[in-house]
Amino acid sequence: MFEGACACAQQLPNNGDYDRLAELLNKYKQQKGALIPMLQETQKLFGYLPEPAMEQIARAFAVPLGHIYGVATFYAQFYLEPRGRHVIRVCQGTACHVRGSSKILDRVKQELGINAGETTKDFRYTIEPVACIGACGLAPVMMINENTHGRLTPEMMSKILLKYE
Amino acid sequence: MDMITVKIDGKDIQVPADATVLTAAQMAGIDIPTLCYYPGLRPEGACRVCAVEVEGVKSLVASCVYPVTPGAVIHTNTPRVRNARRTIVELMLANHPNSCLTCERNNNCELQQIAFKVGVRKVSFSGERREWLKDETSPSVVRDPEKCILCGRCVKVCNDIQSAGILNYNNRGFDTLVAPVLNRGLGSTSCVACGQCSVVCPVGAITEKNDVDEVWRALSDPKLHVVVQTAPAVRVAIGEEFGLTSSVETGKLVAGLRRLGFDRVFDTDFTADLTIIEEAHELLHRIQNGGTLPMITSCSPGWIKFLEHNYPALLPHLSTCKSPQQMFGALAKSYYADKMGLKPEEIYVVSIMPCTAKKYEAKRPEMSRDGIVDVDAVLTTRELGRMFEEAGIDFAKLPDEEFDEPMGISTGAAVIFGASGGVMEAALRTAVEVITGKELHDIEFAQVRGLEGIKEATLDVAGQKVKVAVANGLANARKLMDLLAAGQADYHFIEIMSCPGGCIGGGGQPLPVDMEVRLARMKAIYQADRDLPLRKSHENPAVKELYKTFLGKPLGHKSHELLHTSYTCRPLFKEC
Repeated sequence: MFEGACACAQQLPNNGDYDRLAELLNKYKQQKGALIPMLQETQKLFGYLPEPAMEQIARAFAVPLGHIYGVATFYAQFYLEPRGRHVIRVCQGTACHVRGSSKILDRVKQELGINAGETTKDFRYTIEPVACIGACGLAPVMMINENTHGRLTPEMMSKILLKYE
Repeated sequence: MDMITVKIDGKDIQVPADATVLTAAQMAGIDIPTLCYYPGLRPEGACRVCAVEVEGVKSLVASCVYPVTPGAVIHTNTPRVRNARRTIVELMLANHPNSCLTCERNNNCELQQIAFKVGVRKVSFSGERREWLKDETSPSVVRDPEKCILCGRCVKVCNDIQSAGILNYNNRGFDTLVAPVLNRGLGSTSCVACGQCSVVCPVGAITEKNDVDEVWRALSDPKLHVVVQTAPAVRVAIGEEFGLTSSVETGKLVAGLRRLGFDRVFDTDFTADLTIIEEAHELLHRIQNGGTLPMITSCSPGWIKFLEHNYPALLPHLSTCKSPQQMFGALAKSYYADKMGLKPEEIYVVSIMPCTAKKYEAKRPEMSRDGIVDVDAVLTTRELGRMFEEAGIDFAKLPDEEFDEPMGISTGAAVIFGASGGVMEAALRTAVEVITGKELHDIEFAQVRGLEGIKEATLDVAGQKVKVAVANGLANARKLMDLLAAGQADYHFIEIMSCPGGCIGGGGQPLPVDMEVRLARMKAIYQADRDLPLRKSHENPAVKELYKTFLGKPLGHKSHELLHTSYTCRPLFKEC
């Protein structure tokens, strides 16, 4: 009568990514100290750390879910919400700040209708707050994914953003 | 253990080589303030309140984790140390609500005591404060994260001692929060409601859900006939709430409850005896008819919930007997109601329990009939202490009084339910006599007594080997269940209690609790057993009468309807 689990138990989304997750779990679950690489690979797979994936990791690693969640919320590199296809990082460092980066950030927020740290409804863009990206010579500067855009003015923003589908 | 010499505050002292500076200082009679340190939990050095100076070491060290070395010169009372301690506590207070006067832990708060002790008379810092909502989703435990000082004791008890893994550190820095996953309400997680977090919390950040006012309301309702039952472990601990040492205070407890205005003062021990008779017969039935073995006890509601979430495939091993609390409620509203000529809905059942999970158990949907709950309100030992205070009852000066009949009559076998191993011992006292048909003279089973995490015994009963195991604390229960799931546990009967030491160390018991207190309560429990004329459940005359006039026979139709229950499979990480 109690074979298997109850009706309300784990039902994984029907998604090929979870097959790949199972392979990763097989690779990492026996290794000591492998939780962070495991979470990194999971995030690479899904773009963030979905709750069902964290539950799978907790089962395979035989640790409480709270432990996984504690690690995932400690490090800034992990995300618990889905993110956009394109991540926009407008530099807020000192050099950029004195050259008007707040106006650049305001314009991006206005164009996309979201705040820093948020993702657009169509998952096209995420704005990520960032302190300094180390390209002060190009101030004010921003990065979209791996591309750097420097010497920005607010007027340039809409054209740049449109390049990222 | 090798002894080494260290110098503390100018005095040479011999201490074990593996001592910490804190334990060495305690041996020297020096009281170093601590907050995150808790005896029996892994020390972490998180709060730094126990800072001391060690010569040759540049910065102050946390004495709770710093090991002694031969010849070490330690100073626990220098201006630098005193300043550091004061600053640390001031910083904590700068981000702590100043709601002491209305806090559940007013007068019993370690932060209050330490702030006083280290001489904080003003808080020199002010700044942003954390804002978190109170979590009142659990019927057993309330979390108030704004009061949390992040000492981590609850995290350790929840993970290391109970292996429940519900509470953990979330986020980082100023946003750090001790909470369940996604800051969910405890009531929607797989929290087992054991309340051990509320026992170790130094402040009012985790407390039992306070149901005192509900009981006052019932007591002042003239339409209600209010009866109270009290669990075995309450009588050996309630005195602690009033500064007495742990000892058997049954008489005063009964007198106090009567003064509060209860119409009848009954004893959960009456239904503990009944539980033993039903459970012993269930065990024999399983052994004789090839039922699921080992059979596991079902008195501890935290344990039930733990098994439902973590090992649903093992649920058929659980005895179907309701716990004594719930058997009492069911009988109060049937057997006793009939006797008194009352309708079930006119009776209000209050239980006094050493336990927070009992609050949850009383609210389980299986624990009611025709929409009438078996037990209406559950108070912990601590809450009862508060009711006595509110009522102006001077506990120490109360006379000794007797329980009311018939549901106040019990045996020594019922009292020992309060200590780990007690249910097992009580069941053996009855089962052995039922199997052999002969009187059992040697009724004390020392192998299953004591504070050890897992206890085992093999008994020879009428030529048959009976193998039993006893576990207390859920991390120990988990070890046994892993063996059972792997087919490596060939026991007949297993007793599990959620809390360390059993109910005497329950989540609703007076604070503070350590090994010594648990041992003292345990000693008192076995004293109460020896003090009683009858010590075997099946000799209880009131229970015999109950079977004769109402229930019929053990495991009979009426028993099945009133005294037995079923369990639910629950998902691993949340509530259904």
